[in-house]
Amino acid sequence: MKPAPFAYKKVRTLEEAVALLAEHKDARLLAGGQSLIATLNMRLSAPSLLIDINGIGGLDGIAHKSGTVEIGALVRHAQAERSETIAKHAPLIARALPHIGHAAIRNRGTLGGSIAFADPAAELPACLMALDGEVDVTGPKGKRTVEAPDFFKGLFETALGPQDVLTAIRVPAASKDSRVGFAELARRHGDYAIVGLAACARADGKGNNSRLADVRLAFFGVGATPLRAKKAEAALAEGNVDAAVAALDLDPQDDVQATAAVKKHLAGMLLRRVAKQLMEARA
Amino acid sequence: MSDLALDITLTVNGETVTERVEARKTLVDFLREDLGLTGSHVGCEHGVCGSCTVRVNGEIVRGCLMLAVQCDGAKVETIEGLSDSGEVADLQAAFEQRNALQCGYCTPGMIAAAQDLLLQAKERGGVPSRDQIRSHLSGNYCRCTGYHAIVDAVESVAQARAGGKP
Repeated sequence: MKPAPFAYKKVRTLEEAVALLAEHKDARLLAGGQSLIATLNMRLSAPSLLIDINGIGGLDGIAHKSGTVEIGALVRHAQAERSETIAKHAPLIARALPHIGHAAIRNRGTLGGSIAFADPAAELPACLMALDGEVDVTGPKGKRTVEAPDFFKGLFETALGPQDVLTAIRVPAASKDSRVGFAELARRHGDYAIVGLAACARADGKGNNSRLADVRLAFFGVGATPLRAKKAEAALAEGNVDAAVAALDLDPQDDVQATAAVKKHLAGMLLRRVAKQLMEARA
Repeated sequence: MSDLALDITLTVNGETVTERVEARKTLVDFLREDLGLTGSHVGCEHGVCGSCTVRVNGEIVRGCLMLAVQCDGAKVETIEGLSDSGEVADLQAAFEQRNALQCGYCTPGMIAAAQDLLLQAKERGGVPSRDQIRSHLSGNYCRCTGYHAIVDAVESVAQARAGGKP
């Protein structure tokens, strides 16, 4: 299908974008467009105006500063994949990126767009939850920062208001003790996951006595938002993978890809794979 | 204020083009309907099948997930351009030799995606593995061949370009 008619305006500043959002109640922001244009083509969305934010300067930087990695909203997935800063200081995101879409999609899609769209089966929202990251937002009242657990509210629902623009995401930089793990199952490489898991932890102690602390497991594709599995986290910190799988506190629903029972089973399998990654010393 | 239609100027296969386009028109529809470049195909229209793959500013994109108005000032290359310049002549010959196409619907997108991988491989040095070829082409559906012949064709060109056996 073809999109319903809409007007198009390319803006150069955040202020312009926020003002246009105020003026046109059903306007939508266009960043990478890899989800939005698909929904326009299918007429699942029919805004009167698209506000193209790709021309706003300063939103495409990747910076490692004061213990965090800050990624501008307009950083494209392909750009992030090539980034040494992300490979070195945000290894969980580096591991997740190749699973996102396909090469042609990653050339256009933005990290800010993935977070703002908040697909429940998407990789980056789960990474943000696992890393306890935060999101910078500019709206009519100025700038604010929202922490990941407060950001993802429900199915495709976030803390972003109708006039808000997501400008950056920030995650803690990995340290020597950081361990990360990522795995997902999809019918085709690059498709949205049936089930996925983004995880991080801290290695406590050295060598064979090393244990995991601060285990954070964020599952995706099993609920309306990325979900932490806190009982399983506690069991994994005790070093017991079987107990962690048994303790998986998830309640997935049937969807077109798999039944709830299959999803639960796959979540356990992924947990075993990711637990192994977490226990391996960081290369 | 913004408008429902805008004037854009871009380069398509080396030629400068100025057209007035509706804001809602996707890049691939613009190429096909306004410029008559029907080599890029329209399959799923929501970014899944890859038959509309074209190059914008040197990077492959989904022609159905970019608007023509976003290409103002851009350099767009379609299968017609890649073909006329001879850039993908060896890929095209290998596809033919290996029966890597039957109906041919996916082929323009497949060639564009394969060429993207081969250019990346050239930059890095080395020949992509069959797994890497499959991964890079994962965004392009083919409903005829079962992919083996496509992977064979791309692999043989990768080896030949790296100076190995043809």
